[in-house]
Amino acid sequence: MSSTRWADHPLAQLTLVRFREFWREPEAIFWVFVFPVLLAAGLGLAFRNRPPDVIGIAAVTPELARSLRQEKLLDVEQLSAPAAEEALRTGKVALFAAPSPGGAVVYRYDDTNPEGRTARMLADRAVERAAGRADPVASSDRLVREPGSRYIDFLIPGLLGLNLMSSAIWGMGFAIVDARRKKLMKRLIATPMPRHYYLLSFVLARLLLLVAEVGVLLGFGAWVFQVPVRGSLLDLAVLCVLGSLAFSALGLLIASRAQTIEAASGLMNTVMMPMWIVSGVFFSAQRFPGALQPVIRALPLTAVIDALRAHMLQGASLAQVAPQLGVLLAWLLVCFTLALKLFRWR
Amino acid sequence: MPDAAPKAALSVSNLRKAYKDVVAVDGLDLEVRWGECFGLLGPNGAGKTTTVEICEGLTAADSGDVEVLGMRWDADATELRQRLGIQLQETQLSEKLTVVETVRLFRSFFRRGPEAAEVIALVQLGEKRKSRVGSLSGGQKQRLALACALVGDPEFLFLDEPTTGLDPQARRQLWDLIEQFKLAGRTILLTTHYMDEAERLCDRVAIMDHGKSIAAGTPRELIASIGAEHLVEFSAGGAAGALDVSALGRIEGVREVRTENGNVRMQVTELHQAVPALLDELDRQGVPLTELRTHSASLEDVFVILTGRHLRDE
Repeated sequence: MSSTRWADHPLAQLTLVRFREFWREPEAIFWVFVFPVLLAAGLGLAFRNRPPDVIGIAAVTPELARSLRQEKLLDVEQLSAPAAEEALRTGKVALFAAPSPGGAVVYRYDDTNPEGRTARMLADRAVERAAGRADPVASSDRLVREPGSRYIDFLIPGLLGLNLMSSAIWGMGFAIVDARRKKLMKRLIATPMPRHYYLLSFVLARLLLLVAEVGVLLGFGAWVFQVPVRGSLLDLAVLCVLGSLAFSALGLLIASRAQTIEAASGLMNTVMMPMWIVSGVFFSAQRFPGALQPVIRALPLTAVIDALRAHMLQGASLAQVAPQLGVLLAWLLVCFTLALKLFRWR
Repeated sequence: MPDAAPKAALSVSNLRKAYKDVVAVDGLDLEVRWGECFGLLGPNGAGKTTTVEICEGLTAADSGDVEVLGMRWDADATELRQRLGIQLQETQLSEKLTVVETVRLFRSFFRRGPEAAEVIALVQLGEKRKSRVGSLSGGQKQRLALACALVGDPEFLFLDEPTTGLDPQARRQLWDLIEQFKLAGRTILLTTHYMDEAERLCDRVAIMDHGKSIAAGTPRELIASIGAEHLVEFSAGGAAGALDVSALGRIEGVREVRTENGNVRMQVTELHQAVPALLDELDRQGVPLTELRTHSASLEDVFVILTGRHLRDE
């Protein structure tokens, strides 16, 4: 074995250790790779766009029923008057139509129920048209159900941002605090190991894992839900790397002094939980009051998610997400500098 | 590299280190000569680990002077790290790595040294080379820690309590390994609170208590310094109260008598004369013996005589 082999370089050995520790921890694999996909699948399924609902109504004469069946959005049932009354009361139908003297029609429905009001409009249109009414203005429909504006399209960039944050902060924080707690870090600095290699190995391993993490989630989104990635892949790579570095620096800062896993995970949760809620992972951050918006926008998770959404859904270039990139860069520099100042090697 | 070899491999003078409310090292002087195995002995909390970690450049001293291999930590840390082999007391190596992965990691930090496989064979972990660290026994983990200390082919080996917590067989195995390194001419600084370990392995020892060195020399010198080759201990059971201790001190060959919870402990130079005389004296006083023990004086006795406490007392 020659001593110049790349694998015998301390940085290569340290990075290999990071990988081995990760792969040999099944829980870590689950949280990083499987969990985000499960979450995306579950939420994508729950909030999928369904075909428009057909409204159930009742008609008391065959003639009325025939006229009403012309309307595709109504499900018409012919019932006797008492049965129709009963069906309306128990909510089986939203409305029933009965003839009244002089060829008129009476609609019975609850006008506080939106479905009832919709049924009233649809039923009346069908009845009038069947009686020969012509619409003076021709109209046609163009439906918007294309990829890019559905909930799943909103969700996938959010989950991607969330994953970048959790894997960087947990990955960095846990491993470092664990090594410190086990005095492994102290043992390492008792060797000639250059200290920056130790920290660099975390960053290298993170960036390599990032390729797999991002690939799995976006691949899943594209394959199952046709979630688009409209910007360039290079820009996407820059965004993910910058985001991951900013979160790694934050993780390093959190782990810079903690001596126990309990202390570290408390800190990590304190830092991450608010961002889970306000940074627009599952719903738009715009829902929070205007006064809070500047604070929310300054959070790294908001920045990464906003930039990812703009890139993936609107095809925004890096220049168009410059404010978000600025926020991430600021977090990276401030956290990293502070972490190096505070870092405790033992 | 120092041109002229310094006279000592390690010299420590007037070393002090205090933590918030405890003085861990209190004006310590030490000298470890080239090629010797030096033992730092003392009970837990005596300041051994703090001393060793200051010598290893892991802890900063409050004051005092430390010179290792003729170099100082503030000026030559990088060079020193390459030439020292260090085993810390409580390191837990990563459980998910295998033996060979762990040794290769440590080997990669040193510019020269034996191959990983060679070191693993040396500490007799060849059969375990592919096993996860988490599956090793205590003794095997300790030998792996030793392997990690040896990968840089160190001139000076620091071993902090290498056999603490091991069963007798694993301890003996580790002692054999340490003796091999001694034969290879390496300088070793070893801390332990096992006096038998120090007597077996160390050329010279210093006994530490409360951050100070209270005695130093070869184990033989230290034992001789208490002036008694043998110790006699007996108990008189319920009749202990009736015992006239001062009469015992007048027996020929008895140097000192101490009583402790009904047990009597005597330092004796001439065992063959003192024991019959003791039996006669007890007979005269009408005190029955319930137990009688004698043993050759050991470093343990040196500690007890110097401090009035046993080593294992916390």
